[in-house]
Amino acid sequence: MTKMLVGNLTDIDIRGSRKFKVGDKEIALFRLSGGEVLAVENKCPHKGGVLSEGMVCGSKVHCPLHDWRIDLHSGAVQAPDSGHVTTYEVEVDHSSGHIYLTI
Amino acid sequence: MSAIRKKLILVGNGMAGVRAIEHLLKLAPEAYEITIFGSEPHPNYNRIMLSSVLAGGASMDEIIINDLEWYRSFNITLYTGHTVTSIDTVERKVYTDKGIEARYDELILATGSNPFMLPLPGAEKEGVIAFRDIKDTRIMQETSQKYKKALVIGGGLLGLEAARGLLHLGMEVSVVHIHDYIMERQLDEAASVMLRKELEEQGMKFLLKKQSEAILGKKRVKGLLFTDGEVAETDLIVMAVGIKPNIELARKSSIKINRGIIVNDYLETNIPGIYAVGECAEHRGIAYGLVAPLYEQGAVLAKRLAGVPTEGYTGSITSTKLKVSGVDVFSAGQFTEQPGSRALRYQDEIDGVYKKLVIQDDKLIGAVLFGDTNDGAQLFSMIKKSENIKGKEKELLLGISGDALASPKGNRLEGMADDEIICGCNGVSKGAIAEAIQSGGCTSVGQIKACTKASASCGGCKPLVEGLLQLYAGDHVVTVKEGICGCTTLGRDEIVAEIKRMELKTVKEVINVLDWSNEEGCAKCRPSLNYYLGMLWPEEYVDEKESRYTNERYHANIQKDGTYSVVPRIYGGVTSPAELIKIAEVAAKFKVPLVKFTGGQRLDLLGVKKEDLPKMWEELDMASGHAYGKTLRTVKTCVGSTYCRFGTQDALGMGIRLEKAFERLNTPGKVKLAVSGCPRNCAEATIKDFGVVAIDGGWELHIGGNGGVHVRATDLLCVVKTDDEVLEWASAFLQYYRENAGWNERTAQWVERVGLDSIKQALELKEERLALQERIQKTLSLTTDPWKQIVNEPELRKNFEELSQPETV
Repeated sequence: MTKMLVGNLTDIDIRGSRKFKVGDKEIALFRLSGGEVLAVENKCPHKGGVLSEGMVCGSKVHCPLHDWRIDLHSGAVQAPDSGHVTTYEVEVDHSSGHIYLTI
Repeated sequence: MSAIRKKLILVGNGMAGVRAIEHLLKLAPEAYEITIFGSEPHPNYNRIMLSSVLAGGASMDEIIINDLEWYRSFNITLYTGHTVTSIDTVERKVYTDKGIEARYDELILATGSNPFMLPLPGAEKEGVIAFRDIKDTRIMQETSQKYKKALVIGGGLLGLEAARGLLHLGMEVSVVHIHDYIMERQLDEAASVMLRKELEEQGMKFLLKKQSEAILGKKRVKGLLFTDGEVAETDLIVMAVGIKPNIELARKSSIKINRGIIVNDYLETNIPGIYAVGECAEHRGIAYGLVAPLYEQGAVLAKRLAGVPTEGYTGSITSTKLKVSGVDVFSAGQFTEQPGSRALRYQDEIDGVYKKLVIQDDKLIGAVLFGDTNDGAQLFSMIKKSENIKGKEKELLLGISGDALASPKGNRLEGMADDEIICGCNGVSKGAIAEAIQSGGCTSVGQIKACTKASASCGGCKPLVEGLLQLYAGDHVVTVKEGICGCTTLGRDEIVAEIKRMELKTVKEVINVLDWSNEEGCAKCRPSLNYYLGMLWPEEYVDEKESRYTNERYHANIQKDGTYSVVPRIYGGVTSPAELIKIAEVAAKFKVPLVKFTGGQRLDLLGVKKEDLPKMWEELDMASGHAYGKTLRTVKTCVGSTYCRFGTQDALGMGIRLEKAFERLNTPGKVKLAVSGCPRNCAEATIKDFGVVAIDGGWELHIGGNGGVHVRATDLLCVVKTDDEVLEWASAFLQYYRENAGWNERTAQWVERVGLDSIKQALELKEERLALQERIQKTLSLTTDPWKQIVNEPELRKNFEELSQPETV
């Protein structure tokens, strides 16, 4: 388990996303309307769509390729599709805005 | 993180085993720690494509199914070039020839099969090979550079593919076959003879009813002696007489075998925890050597290992397609007449077409097609379903009759096979939709969409889905008041009326006040609300980029691999040497992998990394072509009177003027225009949203055309005399469409829905037209070029960059 500093709240628009690489994994950070920051592997289980490019609705993201919906808290693909995306633990230090990820 | 994962070992890194693993990873990605042993030095490749490699149609890289990156991404440990030599079924361990030992909880044997080598005297000589793997393919390629003559023993599927490949390599090829006609296991005699003639025309020779006795030569093969005493000279012998399951490992491990490793309907061997799949497995007495059964077995095995209920594997009815270039052959099921069966044949030696259907008890049990194999898939599905075809036999043989085509939709749907695909975008079959209605209790198109995804993408199949709903639910169809999406029951007109009445000014306000069921809407209603608000309050509303689809948010088209494409605006399709040089230089500088002309007379730079987009736009210094949005795309033109000897008007000038007038306009659906300089209509203006066709002394204005999902020719709106009138009518029409169509409704659908007359009526009075024109100009005056805006605003531009390398704390 490694904890790392990956960015700042100001880097991510509300209902927006930014991505970064850790080794050969690409991870997407999302910032929800409520301010919560969540992280998932940036790869839709369907056809590998880049989730960071998708539309954020509540706590779900719509994959830009074929509109699969993924819950950002659990990583679960929503019916009628099925599957799972890896999620990562995120901590935000609200005094500095620092975003930490544990992998 | 999950609990301790069970260890799964796969022996054999081929198509069948890896396919099962792929399935398993979809069903239970976290369940197993997976190790794969393969004796070939490659990752998993498509053996079926070896013929294409041999024929020079594909490179080795192209036939790799899962590259090393795939194994890495799922944390699969892969040992290539390792042969598993023994299994300790008590300790649950496997051992390889290179001294590796590994423990398993579950073990899959997918050892495939080996080519069957005839035990002829001299079979060990140089230049005697099989046609089975990449090594054999390479030997053939090398041999063809030094030697001339080749013999292929075996006139079956594999033999003919090998022979075809050797012909491609420039060798003289003869096929030796023991039977009196080739491919007797896949074809009847008539089709076989037609195939042989076709192949002979391509240069292949045949030695039929010949049995091989010995291979002649000293160190290297020189010839082949037959039992009748004849000798055929050759420099290469390829044996393609069949395959035998590779069961050596199982034999040594006291796993029950016969011809193959014996498995039950769940692919389980007699030893708990050990499974077999693919060509090495024998199921109900059959060891399959084709791809489809391996896939079916793999799917069942994956479910078994993932703990997902499955009815098991009950065997496969197989079909054959010969991929020899230029000859289409298909066969399936029992295609030779048996006692009690009847056959229908159609043979046309002029066009080289042959078709045979074998019928028993009013059911199709087999088929052979030669020359035209288009019906293969449909016939094959009928054989598998064993459906009753009484009264339809001749129609099946001769294609669909005119009467049948004219029959009402219901009948056509009723007669359609269950596995026929209704929704091509999401691969939903008729059967899946029927099931959703009959046992899933779906009573509306919306529910079917939510349950199966049918009609969820392009919507082109919606009429068929509606038809099926009528067919299966009949009286129970609930005419649900369908809202614009699943978040609301309100339709477009109600929403727009409420926004106006209550002066709602933001997406959030609309969702709250109109009581949406999802607090933040969905990918369908958010963009539509964003559009309606912008259309209704052009001066006040601030466009919400986070409510736009990816392409419109980043002003480029996202591609399947996450890269983007860039299409600069080229007004009216007219460019210049300087502009072309600039585009070429930018494409070269950013190493753009693909440059393509679009259908709309522009250039598409594809495969661009997201972070390069702003830099490219900056260097291009051109306006966005908006090739990605619900907005004006392109104005297609012909040369017109500028050069064309038929041109009656300046089509180029008119096209450029229209494009400059309406670029950047937000519209309900994408809008395409075209201008033709004479009634020959070379710019195809009559399948555009707004088409302009020049006539002597004026312009015809056409509306509501579409060349895409549902082809629709335009309706003539009116004929005008001057260029300014073209602009006036175009402005009025586009604004009327903006104000009255639903989001994502193209003009073609809209004209069909509201009727041409209602549009003509709305635009009839000049003062109405001018009022609409004024509104569209107001809206247009507030737009700016998005590329320039992003280039100049760091807050927008940052979203194109990756975050910098994380730092460990």
